[in-house]
Amino acid sequence: MSAIAARPVRPRTGLLLLLVAVVTSITAYAMVGLGLRGRVPRDIVVYGLTIGGAYLLAWGAVRWTAPRADPVLLPIAGMLGGLGLAMIYRLLPGDVADAQAIWLLIGLVAFVLTLLLVRDDRQLDAYTYTIGLLGLILLLLPVVPGVGFEVNGARLWAHVGPLTFQPAEFGKILIVIFLASYLSAKRELLEAGVGRLGLPRAKDLGPLLLAWGASLAVLFLERDLGASMLFFGVFVVMLWVASGRAAYLVTGGVLFAAGGLIGYLALPHVQHRVAYWLHALEPATVHEVGYGQLAQSWFALASGGLVGTGLGRGSPDLIPYPASDFILSAFGEELGMLGTAAILLLFVGLIGRGLRIALDREDAFGRLLATGLTTTIALQTFTIAAGVTRLIPLTGVPLPLVSYGGSSRVATFVMIGLLVRISAGPWQPARRSTG
Amino acid sequence: MERRIRRLGIALVLLFAVLFGQLAYVQVFAADDIKNHPANFSRQLIAEYNVQRGKILTADGLVLAESVPAPEGSRYRFERRYPQGDLYGYITGFYSRIYGRSALERSMNSYLSGDASELALSTFSDLFLGRQKRGGNIFVTIEPNLQEVARTALGANKGAVVAMDPRTGDILALYSTPGFDPSQLSSGSDPEIRRAWKRLNADPDKPLLALSHQELFLPGSSFKIVTASAALENGFGPESQWPNPHRLTLPLTNEQLQNFGDDHCNGGSSQITLIEAFEESCNVTFAEVGLRLGAEQLAAQARAYGLCGTLPPERTTCDGQLINFELPFQNGRFPEPSYFEQNDPLLAFSAIGLDNDLVNPLQMVLMASAVANGGMMPQPRIVSEVRDSQGRVAREFAARTVRRAISGSTAAKLTQMMIAVVNNGSGYRASIPGIQVAGKTGTATNGEGRAPNAWFTAFAPAQDPQIAVSVIVLDGGNLGSEATGGQVAAPIVRAVIEAYLR
Repeated sequence: MSAIAARPVRPRTGLLLLLVAVVTSITAYAMVGLGLRGRVPRDIVVYGLTIGGAYLLAWGAVRWTAPRADPVLLPIAGMLGGLGLAMIYRLLPGDVADAQAIWLLIGLVAFVLTLLLVRDDRQLDAYTYTIGLLGLILLLLPVVPGVGFEVNGARLWAHVGPLTFQPAEFGKILIVIFLASYLSAKRELLEAGVGRLGLPRAKDLGPLLLAWGASLAVLFLERDLGASMLFFGVFVVMLWVASGRAAYLVTGGVLFAAGGLIGYLALPHVQHRVAYWLHALEPATVHEVGYGQLAQSWFALASGGLVGTGLGRGSPDLIPYPASDFILSAFGEELGMLGTAAILLLFVGLIGRGLRIALDREDAFGRLLATGLTTTIALQTFTIAAGVTRLIPLTGVPLPLVSYGGSSRVATFVMIGLLVRISAGPWQPARRSTG
Repeated sequence: MERRIRRLGIALVLLFAVLFGQLAYVQVFAADDIKNHPANFSRQLIAEYNVQRGKILTADGLVLAESVPAPEGSRYRFERRYPQGDLYGYITGFYSRIYGRSALERSMNSYLSGDASELALSTFSDLFLGRQKRGGNIFVTIEPNLQEVARTALGANKGAVVAMDPRTGDILALYSTPGFDPSQLSSGSDPEIRRAWKRLNADPDKPLLALSHQELFLPGSSFKIVTASAALENGFGPESQWPNPHRLTLPLTNEQLQNFGDDHCNGGSSQITLIEAFEESCNVTFAEVGLRLGAEQLAAQARAYGLCGTLPPERTTCDGQLINFELPFQNGRFPEPSYFEQNDPLLAFSAIGLDNDLVNPLQMVLMASAVANGGMMPQPRIVSEVRDSQGRVAREFAARTVRRAISGSTAAKLTQMMIAVVNNGSGYRASIPGIQVAGKTGTATNGEGRAPNAWFTAFAPAQDPQIAVSVIVLDGGNLGSEATGGQVAAPIVRAVIEAYLR
């Protein structure tokens, strides 16, 4: 497998893939116009030039700052972002969608800035606890009175000055960096840290219990089930990858179940989530909000069938909040199972490249960071995709890069930027183009 | 660490594999069941509105209902239009995405939507030739000019007109006012439709219900057609003699039953024939007839004419009275014989169309048609045929009869009696030079303080009947409390008959 990465990176492959992403994004936007109004949107040229220009500039930035970077990550992210934006234009009023287009551009800027600022990912390894603390602060910022506020029952938002954002989206990146740094440093200790019956010794359980407590805090203080599960899941996976101790996986699983049970018993909104999931289609409840949302998601998916109604020709606007949590169901209706599967396969590709990048690194920090970032995207994608298809109870997390939402989009582009940096190795402008 | 990252990759791929499995289940394997869930009505409706629904037309091609492309920005591809406004509202009914369907839009839905088995060939060839699926067109028996005449003749009155060809049961005109324009429930924005629905339901005149066939009224003297039929069937001829007191003291009571305006019939002579009493619409005589015949005979005759049995105030039993009709028809009512046990006074009132007798113009026109048709009651027919979008006949509806209501000889005698009403009696305002009309008036009390409802039911030409008409005018129409069926309703019947036969 490492043979693939050992090959010299061919920039043309990346450019070709990027052009595919640009063409797909513009075509999707044109199809939306055709499906909705029977004509190609009038601003298709401006739209195409903006998207195409922005993607090409981002690609240029990669060529400049990370010439040996993985060629696939940016095209996949661009394609997901472009498809998501087309669907947002299909579902929401023009001015709201325009704002999301700007967020996509800001995301690309954040991607480029990440590459410019993080010239070598190993510099992140130097501030383990500063980054960890900052991550924790961002994570819990919405709880602070006067800064945080609630939307739809979850306390995820913060306003700082004129800015309104979801700090946890950025906090989770810092936490992953912290974990990669911390776990790579304590690796030997953790590997050895097993007592009788293969269980971790009490004192080695410390970090695990700490993370567990933090996840529960997110769940109870912010009422954010999705983020809570995600943090803990990513933490356990990284701990296991770092230590190689299956015992952590088992203990983590037990703690996960226990946390879920505590949350279920203590929090009505968790009970509701489970009830919605189990009884979405029952006649007695199907017309109530929470149940009906899941029912509408299933109806949209089922109406799409194998090939879908075509963009702009279905009725995904019948689902409440179709552009954020349920955007995959909207794709399911209009692009069918084939389209939905294609989008999920793009994520599988992204995950595959992310883990490939991890494998290609020799150092523990780089490996753990790439693994952590990839796992975060993977688990988040699975959580929302499985939620809207009723495989598991729905927890409202955005579908990375695709869903409506500025914070999530920008944060995911930062993560992609970090993965690109990890794949490319340090940027040494002084010594460029000698090889 | 390398091995674990690979294992993690495998685990994540497996996780996504489960997701693909779930997608395949929801979107392909269980998709039909999920799509057809009743709570998915919005999407089902959108799918329904994506098919161009068939038209409803008259035989000469007047469009009563059609589906046209919806304005841009609508969630639906087509929109239902009713170019004739409220004139045909009770015939077409409405086709509302919020409140469902009514009348022909409801009963003929499988044809209009193109889903009926008779249209399968057409739908299949549309599919094969790549044409858009389109619903079948429904042709109705209404004569558009007669429908217009009915509206004009009723004018500002509240009431209803039903005209029928007694030989086939074809509905020639069916108009009831105040009515409603189905467009307001079928096109426009959801809030507009909801507002219209609220307004129509709050209206005390109940414009969503047709007076002609969905509501019930006391028939008053119109019911004497039934009582006379029972008398003739039981051997009392038109010339049979009956005592003619000024008023009838009801058995076991001190209550007295009066003639209309407290007149003394037949110039005050002591005897009166059945035909004279019918002509003058003599209450006293027909109360006597009812009491003489008894509840069993009267109820049996009412059932034969299609009136359902009742035990007032609640229970209604229709066995064999219900008929196949494409519109929601309320059969008339006449009490069960047991209702009159120990209560002869009520039988006297029931014999002259009061107490708990109930009918509507369609019920009356069916009775008149039976008389006109030699005793055979036709089945009403409003749809003559269904054609597919290419104009090929997909289904024809044959004329049928319901049952024999009276014998041929009774029908002939009753016709003579109804002729007398128009020629010499209370129905003279329905007479038309050169055309013999046979009819019966009715003036039914309408409760304390309200003007009576005026009735007239007739057919013509009497010896070769081609049209039967029944009219009700509520609250005495423009004559108010002074109104009688002969004054208010007969001229309307006359206008309709004249328009049809001239």
